[in-house]
Amino acid sequence: MSAIGMPTVSARRRRTDVIMRGTLCAAAVIALIPLVFVVYYLIKKGIGSWSGQFFTSDPNGNFLGYPGGVRSALLGTLEIVALATLIAVPVGIGVALYLTEYGKNSLFANVVRYFVDVMTGVPSIVFGLFIYIVLVLAHVGGGFTAWKGSIALSLLMLPVVTRAAEVVLLLVPDHLREAALALGSPRWRVVTRVVLPTAGPGLVTGSLLAVARGMGETAPLLFTTAGAFGLTFNLGAQMNALPLQIFNDITSPRQAVIDRAWGAALTLVVLVLIFNLIARAFSRKSRMT
Amino acid sequence: LEASATTPRGGRSVLERSPLARLPDQVLQWGLTGLAGLILILLAYFFVRLIGESGDTFNRFGLGFVFGNDWDPSRNIYRGAALVVGTLVTSGIALVIGVPVAVGTALFLNEVCPRRARAPLALLVDLLAAVPSVVYGLWGVFVLAPKLLPVEKWFASTFSFIPWLGGGTPTLYNYFIAGLILAIMILPIISAIAREVIATVPSEHKEAALALGATRWEMIRMAVLPYSRSGITGGAMLGLGRAIGETIAVVLVIGNAPTIGHHIFSQGYTLAAVIANEFGEAANTPIHSSALFAAGLVLFVLTLVVNIVARWFVSRGTRSRPPRRGTGGTGITVAAAGSER
Repeated sequence: MSAIGMPTVSARRRRTDVIMRGTLCAAAVIALIPLVFVVYYLIKKGIGSWSGQFFTSDPNGNFLGYPGGVRSALLGTLEIVALATLIAVPVGIGVALYLTEYGKNSLFANVVRYFVDVMTGVPSIVFGLFIYIVLVLAHVGGGFTAWKGSIALSLLMLPVVTRAAEVVLLLVPDHLREAALALGSPRWRVVTRVVLPTAGPGLVTGSLLAVARGMGETAPLLFTTAGAFGLTFNLGAQMNALPLQIFNDITSPRQAVIDRAWGAALTLVVLVLIFNLIARAFSRKSRMT
Repeated sequence: LEASATTPRGGRSVLERSPLARLPDQVLQWGLTGLAGLILILLAYFFVRLIGESGDTFNRFGLGFVFGNDWDPSRNIYRGAALVVGTLVTSGIALVIGVPVAVGTALFLNEVCPRRARAPLALLVDLLAAVPSVVYGLWGVFVLAPKLLPVEKWFASTFSFIPWLGGGTPTLYNYFIAGLILAIMILPIISAIAREVIATVPSEHKEAALALGATRWEMIRMAVLPYSRSGITGGAMLGLGRAIGETIAVVLVIGNAPTIGHHIFSQGYTLAAVIANEFGEAANTPIHSSALFAAGLVLFVLTLVVNIVARWFVSRGTRSRPPRRGTGGTGITVAAAGSER
């Protein structure tokens, strides 16, 4: 230590500091390398197969010629995820409403909260197995169908929705609830007219993040919707989906089919990214209010 | 609100409303409570059914399903030690590679990096989590595995004296490739939780360390890390849970050989991969299906235990609490001692 003024830091300590800062910076760079490589190869190998035909034709399974595009897979993914969202979002927000408005810190509410947390850690393939055992093996409304895939996805999305919704519902100031109650409005009115609208943008963010998460899942669909070639709007039939098609195309010996897998992967990533970015836009909006 | 209009002079309490008017309230309350309860019932029901469906396997092989090493569907023998070992080895590799990078990234973002660059960098790390696992699998099969094979061969022959790591002949698909992809996949979740935990370190601790003359790294080592160790451990375990259950990316790059490899560059199998891979052929053989359900059950229980322990660590780490006795003190005294060195 020098006597007065700037304390001197020994050269050894300064060196350690610089080295460790550099190491931490290197860690961040290393973390981003795979992202760069994945995006680079996705664009390099995927963009080539994008064409009008790619988005307007279904895979045909022919051994020669154009193997077909991703139309049925793209629309199938959207259909399956849309139904899954219709299930997961109302139920997920409902559970979150129970937790914040009624259950609060009661034992039952804490148990529910705990198991919703646990659900986020359950592997997606296990949810697929659950639905396979309960609905597919039991032949409830046929064997493999698209709506069973939606239910499996909704089980995955539900905890994401609930956890996100609970956080934003807790942010709704209590004085808003109290003001509405003091004016004599019944509880359900307070919930539907005050709490939900106030938390609105945040709820949308959580739901969109759940949609983005569900969209890319393959394992639960493998055992429930099983995939198909043709385009169908019948949720009671087997349906194609982007992740399923990519998964099946990877093991193909045909280069044209592998190229299609890259194109489909790029499509899927763009789709997931769009939902992620919209979600972020909404979260910025909710932070401003 | 129109409530004031419906309230006659003198006012009425909620209790005096007609039963019909109170009905929506009760419907909502009990409906929501029922919904919450339904989730618990559903989870319990799934668990019971899974146990029921895998009963055959456990009756036949008992604990041998987990500890015996002989998985051969053609002879209908299902002793899955190779799967359990594969799951543990790949997740272990994922943790060894993923945790240091993730924690380093979190420390860099929260403590070192210029404030302006923080948000965009954090967004990029989060985007790693947005890439679907089947896309990582595709990339692993056609880019990562072929490109790393020469490196692995060089490594294995150069460091052949290290057990488990060197000595063998690397195959195209192997434990290491699977572990590496898992590391990439669990990195964003570990880093996100680590950042959350690091953000709860009281600034008094950090300022005290800096005021006593600690350099930034010394401040991180003496004030930030001791305080957030428990939360970071929890985050790493949540990542472990994710790695154990990851299926699609792994099934594509693990090689799918139901044997226990002798080194990390040999092919193997994991619990999740075997379910995805053999599911189609198993549909006609009840005992094979049952064995796959049993694999699912083991996977479920394994991830459940890991997650429960992880939650405990994380909640210990992020709970707002008075600084633990000693933490602040030691941090500062050590920082002071450090400045003398």
